[in-house]
Amino acid sequence: MLLVTTTLVLAACGGGSPSTLHTSGTSADKIANVWWLMFGLAVVVYVVVAAFIVVAFVRGRGRTTSGPASRISDNAFVWIGGLVVPAVILIVLGIVTVTTGRALRAPDRGALVVDVIGKDWWWKVQYPGRGITTANEIHLPVGQPVEVRLTSDNVVHSFWVPELAGKVDTIPGQVNVLRFTADRSGTYLGLCAEFCGLQHANMHFQVVAQSPGDFERWATQEARPTAEPTSEEQAQGELVFVRSSCAGCHTVRGTPAVGTRGPDLTHLASRRTIGAVTVENTPSNLSRWIANAGSAKPGVLMPPALLSAPDLAAVLAYLESRS
Amino acid sequence: MATITADAPGYDDDRLEEVWEDEPGIPGFLTTVDHKRIGVRYIVTSFIFFAVSGLMALVLRTQLATSNAGLISPTTYNELFTVHGTTMIFLFNTPVLAGFGNYFLPLMIGTRDMAFPRLNAFSYWIFLFAGIFFFTGFAIGHAPSGGWFAYTPLTDRAYSPGVNLDFWGLGVAFVGISTTVGAVNFIVTAIKLRAPGLSLNRLPVFVWSMLVFSFMVLFAVPAVTVAASLLEMDRLFHTSFFVPAHGGSALLYQHLFWFWGHPEVYILFIPALGMMSMIIAVFSRRPLSGYVWIVVSLIAIGFISFGVWIHHMFVTGLPLLATAFFSAASLVIALPSGVQYFAWIATMWRGVVQLKTPMLFALGFLLIFLLGGITGVMVSVLPFDYQVEDSYFIVSHLHYVLNGAVVFPIFAALYYWIPKMTGRLLSERLGHLSFWTMFIGFNVAFFPMSILGLLGMPRRVYTYPSGLGWDTLNFISTVGGFMFAFGVLLTFVNILVSHRRGRPAGPDPWGADSLEWATSSPPPDYNFAAIPIVASRHPLWDQRPLPVAASGPDAATAALGPEGAERRTTPFTTGLRAEPESTMTIPGETAFPFVLALGIAVLVGALLVTTALGALVGVVILGVGVLRWAWRTGEH
Repeated sequence: MLLVTTTLVLAACGGGSPSTLHTSGTSADKIANVWWLMFGLAVVVYVVVAAFIVVAFVRGRGRTTSGPASRISDNAFVWIGGLVVPAVILIVLGIVTVTTGRALRAPDRGALVVDVIGKDWWWKVQYPGRGITTANEIHLPVGQPVEVRLTSDNVVHSFWVPELAGKVDTIPGQVNVLRFTADRSGTYLGLCAEFCGLQHANMHFQVVAQSPGDFERWATQEARPTAEPTSEEQAQGELVFVRSSCAGCHTVRGTPAVGTRGPDLTHLASRRTIGAVTVENTPSNLSRWIANAGSAKPGVLMPPALLSAPDLAAVLAYLESRS
Repeated sequence: MATITADAPGYDDDRLEEVWEDEPGIPGFLTTVDHKRIGVRYIVTSFIFFAVSGLMALVLRTQLATSNAGLISPTTYNELFTVHGTTMIFLFNTPVLAGFGNYFLPLMIGTRDMAFPRLNAFSYWIFLFAGIFFFTGFAIGHAPSGGWFAYTPLTDRAYSPGVNLDFWGLGVAFVGISTTVGAVNFIVTAIKLRAPGLSLNRLPVFVWSMLVFSFMVLFAVPAVTVAASLLEMDRLFHTSFFVPAHGGSALLYQHLFWFWGHPEVYILFIPALGMMSMIIAVFSRRPLSGYVWIVVSLIAIGFISFGVWIHHMFVTGLPLLATAFFSAASLVIALPSGVQYFAWIATMWRGVVQLKTPMLFALGFLLIFLLGGITGVMVSVLPFDYQVEDSYFIVSHLHYVLNGAVVFPIFAALYYWIPKMTGRLLSERLGHLSFWTMFIGFNVAFFPMSILGLLGMPRRVYTYPSGLGWDTLNFISTVGGFMFAFGVLLTFVNILVSHRRGRPAGPDPWGADSLEWATSSPPPDYNFAAIPIVASRHPLWDQRPLPVAASGPDAATAALGPEGAERRTTPFTTGLRAEPESTMTIPGETAFPFVLALGIAVLVGALLVTTALGALVGVVILGVGVLRWAWRTGEH
């Protein structure tokens, strides 16, 4: 009954979920296949063994003296049921483990390399050789193998995009690698899977898989330094930004702001969310975020900005124009 | 072999009581070395921790019942799940099993106390003080929040300032003393104090399971003690063992922790299996099928469990070959469990099954652990683990194993053995009601979590956004959690009510086969006036009336009869065949175990607040306690 429920729920769900079973990446596909094989075996094993338990119990309840010896001796029953049959199943699973494990880890020549660094509590994303630094949003061309190199300079996090691939931890002092290919365009939710402190729950990111053309356009734009301010308010905003505490933690390429503790904001306006997918990137959300990020994400390391109302408006206008 | 006279001589009850009785009141409470009183204390204390920690889980579940909930702050959420997990593992599951072992192991092997009664008292006091120490942090608002496995560098002072985490680190090292000391005691007791004729091949399965449990504890616990101690050295003295920025290794901590952590899961689980083997056989009214295979399986699990720890680290970037080895070992460990399942089925198949509450909990265990075992095999498969590691699939799996496959047997054990401890039967009606509420509540609470994991929900999140398809399942799970808690409450009520009003149990209410049922309920302070002589694996089924020994003239047999009990002695027997060998004196009441534990508690408290003076006071109390204890022992 439970198992039937699962099948139904699994078939029904997945609309909005970052489901491991509605996959859009080669690695996640392979793992989903392993799951369905194991699920099938599990249903059979559960039903058979549970039936044995229930039958043994019901038979035993109905009588007053011990039953006659069965045709199969107890020892044979225990050996076949408890050892031989499961061993066969386990050997199958062992083979699947090794073959799929190998396939998942096999390196690809010509893979797009993306460096991801787990931060408290956001993701720094770099494309080596292309001069791109961004945060919490990873763009990928559909169909091209990707090699994500993962590390951390603080605590352990874990990089997980269920629809595309399994997870790999980001561990300070070492670089781990995750390989996969996105085979359908779309936006996929990524999550931190390893508990990393106060805001582990709001350490998400998005993976945007797009056509190679769209990806190239995005990459070219992202690699550029920021545009010159085009209005007086924006110019004032830039001035406030580089002179205030903002620049202590944030970089806007092309300006004197070169802080590295927080996300690179060179093209902030092009991003869909702020605060590691805590809120959508809208002017009102961004304004509230700058004024007091902790109200949306308690405990966030970014302190409230001590800006006058006009200065805040100017910074907002400046950042909103950083596409 | 010395001759044993099979005899049932008369003896003077009052005289024996006088010799064995504890002082009344508080002094007796603090100085007792009676394994039964200590066992009850272990069980009661750990159930208090269980209740508190269970209530915390309900708060967690309430927070998660809806998306974007704001019932508790992220800090509180992180503290609660840390304390919940730590308490359940260190302060409930392990000690409650030690409690059952304490009470019943000596009775099952037909002796008058544990091999080291004072050490036994010491072990309890340490457990109690460590528990109080750990909860002090929570009570004063400084609870740890690094998760029950406290991964570095998150738990280093840079990311977890304040004393919060020290309550965890020092507490874990502290309680490890109790577990280790207890293990030594169980091993020596089970090997050396068995009634004559109770050779190893006749040992009740629960006693076997406590032996395996104890050997595993001895080899596994040092690893977690080292992990917690090095962590504390990093925190208190800046040693940087686990700080990558200073050349330390974050992964080293994980290896050390799980080198204990995985055997620990089986450490908890093996005594539960032992309980199941005994209960299923008794309520099938026939000897356990495949006794030998069951014992071999327990031992095999004990060994293999030391080779699976890396399955907690499959996504840390370790090489494929290394992880594949541990994956294979994790698959293989399913086999000994399979053997036991089919042995239990075979036992019931030809048995006369009686549906008493303990048997009902055993059946619940069989159906729940089957699923926990299957999901366990699934997560051993590397590629699948890459997806579900650290997701709610794991939360579901671990509760099916640690709650389902350990707590259900413990409840079966409560219903089975409490009549022996109190002399009164529990209500069957309330027992059945409690079981069904717990069983349904359990599955409603924990099954949806496995689907949530497949739908991408990571563990240890204090909230989640709506629109991810997680809302309904989380709500269902919360409802199940409350239902499960209500079922537990029914058993608590049952125990309290029956304690006053239950029907008298008599010595052997279930028609069971093992020696604890040969004495009265509750047993007298000395357990057995005359030690039984065992000639079967099922003495109470095959040897009626059960012959008891009389004291002989030599040291080997002097303690066998009531005269031995009168002198506060109990017989020593040989390791394999349990032939009378010598006599052991059981020490009387003493305050040293309490004083010694207090000294250690003061020392640990001083480390927490880093005062040299406090540490000195602790060491002095400890030193005086040890020396005086040793001095007194020398006089014996």
